[in-house]
Amino acid sequence: MTDNLTKTVFGRLSLESLPFLHEPILLGTFIVVALLGLGLVGVVTKYKLWGYLWKEWFTSVDHKKIGIMYIILGIVMLLRGFSDALMMRAQQAIAFGDNPGYLPPHHYDQIFTAHGTIMIFFVAIPLIVGIVNFVMPLQIGARDVAFPFLNNLSFWLTVAGAVLVMLSLFVGEFARTGWLSYAPLAGLQYSPDTGVDYYLLSLQMAGVGTTLSAINMVATVIKMRAPGMTMMKMPVFTWTALCSNVLAIAIFPALTAAFFLLLLDRYAGTRFFTNELGGAPMMYWNMVWIWGHPEVYVLVLPAFGIYSEITSTFTGKRLFGYSSMVYATVVITILSYLVWLHHFFTMGAGPTVNSFFGIATMVISIPTGAKIFNWLFTMYRGNIRFELPMMWVVAFMLTFTVGGMTGVLLAIPPADFVLHNSLFLVAHFHNVIIGGVVFALFAGMVYWFPKAFGFKLDDFWGKVAFWGWVIGYWVAWTPIYIVGLMGTTRRVNHFDDPSFQPYFVIAAIGAVIILVGILGFVMSILVGWLKREQHKDVTGDPWEGRTLEWSTASPPPAYNFAFTPVIHDLDAWYDMKSRGYLRPTTGFRPIHMPKNTGAGVILSALALVFGFAMIWYIWWLAALSFAGLFAVAVGHTFNFKRDYTIPAEEVAATEDKRTTLLAQGA
Amino acid sequence: MLRPGSKLHRRAFWGLSILALPLILGGCDKMVVMNPTGDIAVQQRNLILFSTGVMLLIIVPVMALTIWFAWKYRRGNPNKTYDPDFDHSTTLELIIWTCPLLIIIALSAVTWTSTHLLDPFRPLERIAPGKPVPTNTRPLEVQAIGLDWKWLFIYPDLGIATVNELALPVDQPVHFSITSTDQFNTFYAPTLAGMIYAMPTMKSELHAVLNKTGDSWGYSGNYTGAGYSDMRFKLRGMDKAGFDQWVAGVKAGGALDTATYLQLARPSAKVPVMRFSTVQPGLFDRIVNQCVEPGKPCMVDVMRGDMMRARMKPGKEPPPGAPKPAEPHHEGMNMSALPPLRMPGAPRAAQA
Repeated sequence: MTDNLTKTVFGRLSLESLPFLHEPILLGTFIVVALLGLGLVGVVTKYKLWGYLWKEWFTSVDHKKIGIMYIILGIVMLLRGFSDALMMRAQQAIAFGDNPGYLPPHHYDQIFTAHGTIMIFFVAIPLIVGIVNFVMPLQIGARDVAFPFLNNLSFWLTVAGAVLVMLSLFVGEFARTGWLSYAPLAGLQYSPDTGVDYYLLSLQMAGVGTTLSAINMVATVIKMRAPGMTMMKMPVFTWTALCSNVLAIAIFPALTAAFFLLLLDRYAGTRFFTNELGGAPMMYWNMVWIWGHPEVYVLVLPAFGIYSEITSTFTGKRLFGYSSMVYATVVITILSYLVWLHHFFTMGAGPTVNSFFGIATMVISIPTGAKIFNWLFTMYRGNIRFELPMMWVVAFMLTFTVGGMTGVLLAIPPADFVLHNSLFLVAHFHNVIIGGVVFALFAGMVYWFPKAFGFKLDDFWGKVAFWGWVIGYWVAWTPIYIVGLMGTTRRVNHFDDPSFQPYFVIAAIGAVIILVGILGFVMSILVGWLKREQHKDVTGDPWEGRTLEWSTASPPPAYNFAFTPVIHDLDAWYDMKSRGYLRPTTGFRPIHMPKNTGAGVILSALALVFGFAMIWYIWWLAALSFAGLFAVAVGHTFNFKRDYTIPAEEVAATEDKRTTLLAQGA
Repeated sequence: MLRPGSKLHRRAFWGLSILALPLILGGCDKMVVMNPTGDIAVQQRNLILFSTGVMLLIIVPVMALTIWFAWKYRRGNPNKTYDPDFDHSTTLELIIWTCPLLIIIALSAVTWTSTHLLDPFRPLERIAPGKPVPTNTRPLEVQAIGLDWKWLFIYPDLGIATVNELALPVDQPVHFSITSTDQFNTFYAPTLAGMIYAMPTMKSELHAVLNKTGDSWGYSGNYTGAGYSDMRFKLRGMDKAGFDQWVAGVKAGGALDTATYLQLARPSAKVPVMRFSTVQPGLFDRIVNQCVEPGKPCMVDVMRGDMMRARMKPGKEPPPGAPKPAEPHHEGMNMSALPPLRMPGAPRAAQA
């Protein structure tokens, strides 16, 4: 009787589900996290910041603030994902012969699953979405995105997913299936505990967030460009943001569908991906890779955009081959749909099918190569200022080309037969993701930071971050390429052959050097903030920028531009500057803006409760929170107070302040 | 032209492969993938070296130019041309698009031919460079089955089976039939040939040959759960006499009957080498069809039965192009086309 009652109330949740109660490593982590959390709550409470945070940030529909919050989420999750990486590197550096290492498979398998999942879904995507959110509307001269509330909701859904993943650290456990949770291993029969449910439900939430955000960004680029900005006058970063989000709209539904079918298998007893009764696990692999390969380009296209903006700015030149850059981006967007099968050449598709997908994959390297040449010839006859963002670009060009080369190698099916699932492959995709995406993210954060906050990041610590990442990358991943050629496969937690050990020890040292890079970046924010008066920029254009975002104040006012600019040329701001543009100081008019709303936070909180209840089979809570979700969503549609007007006097006051500052600076 | 085997082809091949030489240096004999002992793996290695060489033709100049331009056009250098409006040059654009295009055309040609020549389903034509397979040689049949978490090898022609030990006579073509009980594994012996997925309910194939005696290792390359890291087998290359002696030794072991197999199929890790003198006939096909347990219907029969029932539905004429029940359309999934299995308790609708 009581047993039944407990089961009804708590589902499968019990004291046994709290592993940190009986595992010292987890207990330590839990205590540290709990103390940090309590400390943060304490500080916020002490300085009475709750109201400020709620009004100015959490409920904000301002694309700039949402962008910044996305970036904060990405950096916090980067710390989590990187601790997983350090643990794996430590395990692989010591687990040889009779030494089983310090992580049993039960933990190790959760760690590599969490590492991949977190790094892609909760680090790379939020950082890219954050930068696009912040920069793109400014670059096209818009006042906000097309659907401001949706933007806020997308962000909080991503946060809900991240919270759910973090929760799995202390309540129950995470999946032990690898970052794509392949069927049949992820089916109920082989993974009966909560891990895969945590994985699926958190990624469904984040995935809905990303899809909505992508729709929003595409609508923004299509509909909200300033007058005169034709498609072929858009900055390259905006182009890449557009292509990346078009891609995201097309692919995320495939992932959502695959996860939904797997959820049905796990919750409703269907047989889509089981071995028995007509299930087809291979179909799951196809569906996740139809998402998975284009996803790489969802991440790397905006990264290419960031490199383009920075190269052009710091060489003081127009970008070489703008139109070929745009065509290359579009070609990559289309081709990226046609290559997913190269993730399983070894599944026995015929040689003709394999050749098709292999050659399609290689063809992508043509536009990508053209892009590299375009950056190269932008540097040619330039006047290159080697400030931090430009250093990242050069490091990228030297690192990424190697990753591209190993990628083409893996695209040749017979070569892939010996390299598939090996550490060579793991080294390859870290080569392109770190060398391509992560370097761009850091370059972009350093580049646009003064735009967001009005002061530059600390240069010394920024250089520590740069050298830590670049040297650390090469030290960590070169030995992994080599052991891959020695025939080692991925996701192994113990090796018999002691002759691999030196390579893994070097790789672990490399990971520690990368840690220095990450801490260096955190320091550069901290020290930059402490010295903010010294690094202050009042001009709004600290790098001699060329695109519109540099024409407004740093940080930009809520309305971005007092007057919507009119565009005549590529590199609009450079064009305005060289034609002797004078900033208008009178004649301001009221500005119509969207209003903040708490609906996004509330909906996401309910989604989080729903996810948690589903994972633990607490059906009453799931039903209740789902009803709540529905009610709030419907209720929000009756909220008609969605906008407000900034009076002309307020605009004038803000702009006058800037006029004074500019006069002081001059 | 670069016909495979022509003199120019060979020269170009080695010339370009030398560019990729640093890959082999350093690890030497430990680098199994770069130093394999099976002819298929050797050809795959050569392909890696050749294509790396071709790509270095463009990668090295690009990296050199990056460093050179970065140095030459730095702000501190007074001896440079600065042209802020230089953003287009048709000649350069042509070169930019043509160079990668040419490289990819070359690699595509290589990809097309090598993918067909080294298709794992394709029977071998040679056992080593210049040594065609002697006529009337039948390949040695080996059935490889990925269990949780060990490998079972059945030699159907010899009637023996082993666990975690794969002995092969050198210079003898081998034909592997590969499946798995419930997870997606990959069958991978780096020194022998590239990997191929071992998947439940499906049969994959691999043709390969080992050219040198000596011991090596094989793995599963795809993560399958807790015991995955130790799911390795010993690959032993033997000469003809050694192999015969080994077979005789295996014949002295116990029998692999249904009960023993079902016991073996339960999840277990770090399983030591086991040898079986006899194997229940048709075991591999029953594993593919998930019907080793007595009384469990075989998938192929169930599918045939379903297809028959679909045709026999009262009032429903089968569409004109519908497959005949005698030809189950599962060929595309590489499932073994089986004669109907007569299992006790299995529905026999297919034979009606």
